[in-house]
Amino acid sequence: MTGDLAIIGYGLSTLGPGIAVGLIFAAYVSGVARQPESRGLLQPIAILGFALAEALAIFGIALAFVFAG
Amino acid sequence: MSALLAAGEGGGFEAPGPLDFWQPLAGGDTQYALTRPMVVAVLSVVLISWWLLRVTRTLTVVPGRAQYCTEGVYGMVRNGLARDILGTKDFLKFVPLLFTIFTLILVNNLFGIVPLIQFPTMSRIGFPLALAIVVYAVYHGVGIQRMGLAGYFKHMVPPGLPGWITPLIFFLELITYFVTRPVTLALRLFGNMFAGHILLVLCVVGGEYLLFDADGVLKIAGIAAFAGGFVMTLFEGFVQFLQAYVFTLLSALYIAGALADEH
Repeated sequence: MTGDLAIIGYGLSTLGPGIAVGLIFAAYVSGVARQPESRGLLQPIAILGFALAEALAIFGIALAFVFAG
Repeated sequence: MSALLAAGEGGGFEAPGPLDFWQPLAGGDTQYALTRPMVVAVLSVVLISWWLLRVTRTLTVVPGRAQYCTEGVYGMVRNGLARDILGTKDFLKFVPLLFTIFTLILVNNLFGIVPLIQFPTMSRIGFPLALAIVVYAVYHGVGIQRMGLAGYFKHMVPPGLPGWITPLIFFLELITYFVTRPVTLALRLFGNMFAGHILLVLCVVGGEYLLFDADGVLKIAGIAAFAGGFVMTLFEGFVQFLQAYVFTLLSALYIAGALADEH
């Protein structure tokens, strides 16, 4: 079997952001469920949190290609 | 793409990689070559200018379809992003910048799934980097203009901290303001476009390889790969819009952070 260890590193780097994005949207969904009128207020905040959490996975894929042989 | 398909035919399968994004059209294989993303970027600028000039020349009180769509996008950036984040006092100054950033990124991203063009400009790091440098210069510029050089550095540290922790927080905020923000801003857009496009290329090229070069049951897998490519194209369209929105949202937040009187 051949391949590149850097891609395993990318896989590992997606775990944290994956969980984080799930938690963020879970909080967003329960917030909207409790108070449907707060949707407009919560949406940019949820997307912002999603974007910030996602950054680590993006670093992961950039570095995976940097270190791939 | 055609060179890639040809490469996939003979011998083993060659997975798409970063090199597929280097597509010089003229000027040879040097750093001064005219590349495909450059042409796509110029095309997007021409397209946006033509569209906006055409629509805004004939504004009516009861909007037509084109005017309604354009006003929808403009209203989203002006009211949904700029006014809500920057505050009603001085948001109008930044609306042109934010609207330009949003439309430019949106059109360039969507070119990634428009047939025949099919190249997201922002999957070359130079383009998002240039946009990030513009935002970087603007938010430091307005911050220093508003508070003076010393005041700007002072405002990075939130007030009311115990004395011994202040240098540490200042150091962290310094890194955030000068390194993390521009780097993540550029890399987020680049990474999303790059990864999304490579996934689409993999679905199509891999599906073609399985369909024509593999035998037996694997041919069905090739059809499944094409179906996956179709679904991912729709998903990419969503991601492309979202990333244009996120880039504009973060630009507005960084400018707001430099404008804010207190933390």
